[in-house]
Amino acid sequence: MAALTEEQALLQEQAKSWVREEAPVAKFREMRDSGSEHGFDKATWASMAEMGWAGILVPEEYGGVDLGYLTFGVVLEELGRQLTASPLFASGLVGTSALVLSGSDAQKQAWLPRVAEGSAILTLAVDEGPRHAPSATGLVAEEKDGGFVLRGSKTHVLEGGSADAFVVVARTGGEPSSDAGISLFLVEADARGVSRQRLVTADSRGHARVDFDGVEVGSEALIGTRNEGAPVLHAVLDRARAGLGAEMMGVASQSFDMTLDYLKNRVQFGQVIGSFQGLGHRAAGLYTEMELARSCVEAALQALDREADDVPALCSLSKCKAGEFVHHMTNEMIQMHGGIGMTDEFDAGLYLKRARVLEATYGNPAFHRDRYATLKGF
Amino acid sequence: MTDPSAELEAFRAEVRTWIEQNFPKSLAGRAGALMGGETIDDSQREALEWGKRLGAKGWATPTWPAEYGGGGLSQTQARVLNQELDRAGAFNPLVRTTGMGITMVGPTILEYGTEDQKQRHIPRICRGEVFWSLGYSEPNAGSDLASLQTRAEDAGDHWVVNGQKTWTSGADISDWCGVLVRTDPDAPKRDGISFLMIDMNQPGIETRPIRLIGGASPFCETFFNDARAEKNEMLGEMNAGWTVGKRLLQHERQSQTGATSGLGGGPRKSLGDLAKEYVGVDEQGRLADPDLRARVTDQMMEAKAHALTLARIAAEARGNAKVSAAASIMKNAASTIAQKRAELSLEIMGSQGLGWEGEGFEKSELDAVRNWLSGKAMSIYGGSFEIQNNIIAKNILGLPENTQRG
Repeated sequence: MAALTEEQALLQEQAKSWVREEAPVAKFREMRDSGSEHGFDKATWASMAEMGWAGILVPEEYGGVDLGYLTFGVVLEELGRQLTASPLFASGLVGTSALVLSGSDAQKQAWLPRVAEGSAILTLAVDEGPRHAPSATGLVAEEKDGGFVLRGSKTHVLEGGSADAFVVVARTGGEPSSDAGISLFLVEADARGVSRQRLVTADSRGHARVDFDGVEVGSEALIGTRNEGAPVLHAVLDRARAGLGAEMMGVASQSFDMTLDYLKNRVQFGQVIGSFQGLGHRAAGLYTEMELARSCVEAALQALDREADDVPALCSLSKCKAGEFVHHMTNEMIQMHGGIGMTDEFDAGLYLKRARVLEATYGNPAFHRDRYATLKGF
Repeated sequence: MTDPSAELEAFRAEVRTWIEQNFPKSLAGRAGALMGGETIDDSQREALEWGKRLGAKGWATPTWPAEYGGGGLSQTQARVLNQELDRAGAFNPLVRTTGMGITMVGPTILEYGTEDQKQRHIPRICRGEVFWSLGYSEPNAGSDLASLQTRAEDAGDHWVVNGQKTWTSGADISDWCGVLVRTDPDAPKRDGISFLMIDMNQPGIETRPIRLIGGASPFCETFFNDARAEKNEMLGEMNAGWTVGKRLLQHERQSQTGATSGLGGGPRKSLGDLAKEYVGVDEQGRLADPDLRARVTDQMMEAKAHALTLARIAAEARGNAKVSAAASIMKNAASTIAQKRAELSLEIMGSQGLGWEGEGFEKSELDAVRNWLSGKAMSIYGGSFEIQNNIIAKNILGLPENTQRG
């Protein structure tokens, strides 16, 4: 782990022990089996909010603690380790960063204090098709009587079923698939014309499709400048990707630990299977991959805190390397565990399923390789 | 109380001034000047002269104790020195001109040597006056190094050494060689080995360069026929050579993690830019071959991840110079990444990347071919890829030892 400040180290310790005691993977399984409507446990979320985690990125003047992205990442990694389900990421990182970066003072006043205390959930509504394509936004916001009318649909909206408001990516001009003409709107979930449908996904979390059927909003709903929302959107997405990198590191390192533990304990042919070179070398390779991926994840979070120039490249690198590693690691976890790994009773499958959702969210490794090449000028 | 950061900045200013006054600007970014062919040209002479100045200052071995000719700097100061050298496009010629002296032998002598050995050997390494080679591998002792057979017999006031070593890099031009020898043939194989420092300038030693798949190479076969080693040249205890030798290998691995600074490779053209040159781009400025584009990007991202990991290890170590087990991870990653880069370079160049010599090929193209071939050794020397994986599995992950020992 990166050289953490004392504050970050304390928070990491707090998150580690809280997750272990209050929200271990057994709790996630319980939530899944209960058929929870929103894909998280309310009490668990409330206790996270009580510890102030939802306000880690919220400026102090709006009731947060403003501790930065590496700090948020430290918490997300611990949550990832036990698959702790909550709207913390969607609301406290993604939604919050949109308002912090570009929201009006009124928008911040109205939402950030509630987000910080966990009484409101914000989320980003961006993708419209099965693959992440932020610039391909087709949802239209037409000007009308000094305000706007939104028409279109968003899919795979994180915590879409429980969100109180959406940061909606809309087109107010420009060619289809171009960055020009993209605008961001803050739309309340109970606005007339908003309807949502839960998407039951493999990871049992709270995803939804959200339809905007002639939703009328005032001009005060615009986040930032009309037609110039793309740079903000990309900045928000990069922050989200860095956060997902941290969560994927948590999922993957827990998968690694579980697998290593199994290699040290499972006996076949009269010896623990970890003594076989065919498995030992694969474990060594996974460990190497893990160390490299971790460096990328931490570098992206630190670059965000430093407001460095190479944030976009590092965030794509982080999302790609952590995504590739969690993919490989969860597959190897199943394979090395053999039959037991295939059973629902064992946790490996829960990690595998969550991994694939995280990999795909806000751009899979192929998306980010492509983006990295473009950023590097080829 | 003095302000440590102000102190460090003062040191930085001192370093910067010294480099300005001593480093010939004509050499900036030209570490390769040292790599020249068989004749010594002016730039090479200039580089050697610069190396002497750096060595006299102790800054070719910045963290070694000043009493033996080192720079006596802290890790933090040494980092500043390296940053300033990089900034000026300067490099440390002694890393090359001392053979294995700075990277491996010196640190091991500092750790295991007697006071007398340190006094005699370390200052000469610091000043760049000796070239060190290492006699480890033998024809029948590669990955299974401990089965080595070269033996040293006690002849009263000296040792008599007989046997054959191979892959002795630079043996033909070396002044001294650190040799692993068997001093107790009856002990279990790891317990009968000692580490001897042998003066190469004597009739009992013969070296023969080995030609590799990429052409001429620094590697030699080295024959010891009743060669002589002085009694005071045993490094560490008698029959404890395995421990000393293994420790030295950790330094070797460290030097192969890609972290060795001061080599000053200079900025290389990125693979992406190279590909643009040979393959061209489409209307959107993307590489015209999308499959190649994806694989080039993958390699570049791996390389970036590796660089970030080196930086992270340095940041986490914060002045703690202990050689860590992480070296095995980094060595494997470094060799994989470098080999992938070499393969992609060839692919990018197409038929121009298949030349061997003569007309019709640019120098950069011919170099790419030789680098591709010589780079195959990266995952073999210093403990092969597989041996490193054994070490990771056992020492880092705590898995039970494999039947094949690392």
